[in-house]
Amino acid sequence: MIPAAFDYKRAGSADEAIALLGEYGEDAKLLAGGHSLLPLMKYRLASPAVLIDIGRLSDLSYIREDGDVVRIGALTRHRDIEISELLKSQVGLLPEVAGHVGDPQVRHRGTIGGSLAHGDPASDLPSAILALRATLVIKGPNGTREVSSDDFFTGFLETAVGPDELLTEIIVSKTPNATFGFQKFNRRAQDWAIVGCSVIVNNGSCGVGLVNMDSRPVRAAGVESAIAGGASAADGAASAADGCEPPTDLNASVEYRQHLARVLVRRALETAGK
Amino acid sequence: MGDTVQVTMNINGTAQSHDVEPRTLLVHYIRDVCGLTGTNIGCDSSSCGACTIHLDGEAVKSCTMLAVQADGHDLTTIEGLAPSAEKLHPMQQAFHECHALQCGYCTPGMVMAAVSLLDEVPNPTERQVRIGLEGNLCRCTGYHNIVKAVLQCAAEGVAK
Ligand SMILES: Cc1cc2nc3c(=O)[nH]c(=O)nc-3n(C[C@H](O)[C@H](O)[C@H](O)COP(=O)(O)OP(=O)(O)OC[C@H]3O[C@@H](n4cnc5c(N)ncnc54)[C@H](O)[C@@H]3O)c2cc1C
Ligand code: FES
Ligand code: FES
Repeated sequence: MIPAAFDYKRAGSADEAIALLGEYGEDAKLLAGGHSLLPLMKYRLASPAVLIDIGRLSDLSYIREDGDVVRIGALTRHRDIEISELLKSQVGLLPEVAGHVGDPQVRHRGTIGGSLAHGDPASDLPSAILALRATLVIKGPNGTREVSSDDFFTGFLETAVGPDELLTEIIVSKTPNATFGFQKFNRRAQDWAIVGCSVIVNNGSCGVGLVNMDSRPVRAAGVESAIAGGASAADGAASAADGCEPPTDLNASVEYRQHLARVLVRRALETAGK
Repeated sequence: MGDTVQVTMNINGTAQSHDVEPRTLLVHYIRDVCGLTGTNIGCDSSSCGACTIHLDGEAVKSCTMLAVQADGHDLTTIEGLAPSAEKLHPMQQAFHECHALQCGYCTPGMVMAAVSLLDEVPNPTERQVRIGLEGNLCRCTGYHNIVKAVLQCAAEGVAK
């Protein structure tokens, strides 16, 4: 399978990428690790006329401490997140989740920015980003803006990143004493989650992110407030599927996904010591 | 649209430079342009790992990369692993000794993935080997002897 022909532009900086996006508009697509976009292009589900390669913007690949937060460049690969000692000690949920993305070969190429900007409701990292209440930095022709994770995922394969914008950074609070859990249910090695969830418990407050339970990754607010109010893992997880409109497909019906969400959230809460 | 682009990369210690269409997949570049046909294409959809090579020392699936993305990088394919024509790489030797292949179609990718795995986890448990080779499918062996070979190679401590 070979993608349809396209023009190839290599961006030398974030600003150049934004300028190229402005120039080519709807016809252009950014290429980071290519591990979501290239499969789509090979299946001809996407046929951009212009590919703007941002994969070489090494100044957007970093994991950096900054006071109370850790800043992660959008071009940071899953592998670099998985093995980061800084993240392991300060935001342990992220390396845990990154280590479950695809397989080692995928993690050597795929980036956190690509994973989030793609907006796939079944991707793993969005569950962690939602549970952690991360902030996403988006850069466009008129400068940068910050968006909370709650406002980032806007629909199926849609995010707050505009057509002429670039996701540049993910900001997460340091929570060295937090406990966390990640659960992903799939049938075969290397597969996407049929349902997945991230849980973090910190100082009595709780964050729960669910994937593949709606047209976009979502938070389980009912579970969060129940746990913050002192509920047990089993009682808290009972409301995990409330308000979700899960998809139905060959892998799972709506009812099965709702059941999975309750079971997986309970297990993740138990892993987090609840 | 579709003007060619020049790519230059180092494959198995040899500089390669060609004009390619931007849509050329790295695996096609390696096989059809450079003539290195040891790297196989299995699924062509990033699932089976048969096309696994090393990009700057790390395992990647060359069916899910464009040749232009590898421009300027160091690549190793299965042809570049053995130290000489007479001597196998320790991982290849371990596959040979443990009977870790039957039809051999998955083997180039499996060996490349296994070498990359030991580079990252030099003394893996059996479970770490099984999970570490999650991106590679074998339809013949049932994996047991592949896992044995990787563990044997790790025990010898000479994977690099
Ligand atoms: C075999 C296989 C298995 C996988 N398994 C999983 C899995 O289990 N779980 C999982 O979560 N993911 C999985 N993935 C997807 C993987 O995580 C991808 O790496 C990730 O989804 C996309 O990252 P990328 O850097 O490759 O992005 P690309 O494919 O390059 O880009 C994806 C999209 O995001 C846009 N984009 C990229 N970077 C930016 C940016 N900085 N700003 C704005 N837009 C941007 C692109 O234009 C494109 O539309 C798998 C992929 C493969 C091939
Ligand atoms: S041919 Fe590349 S993963 Fe199967
Ligand atoms: S030996 Fe035949 S596919 Fe692995």
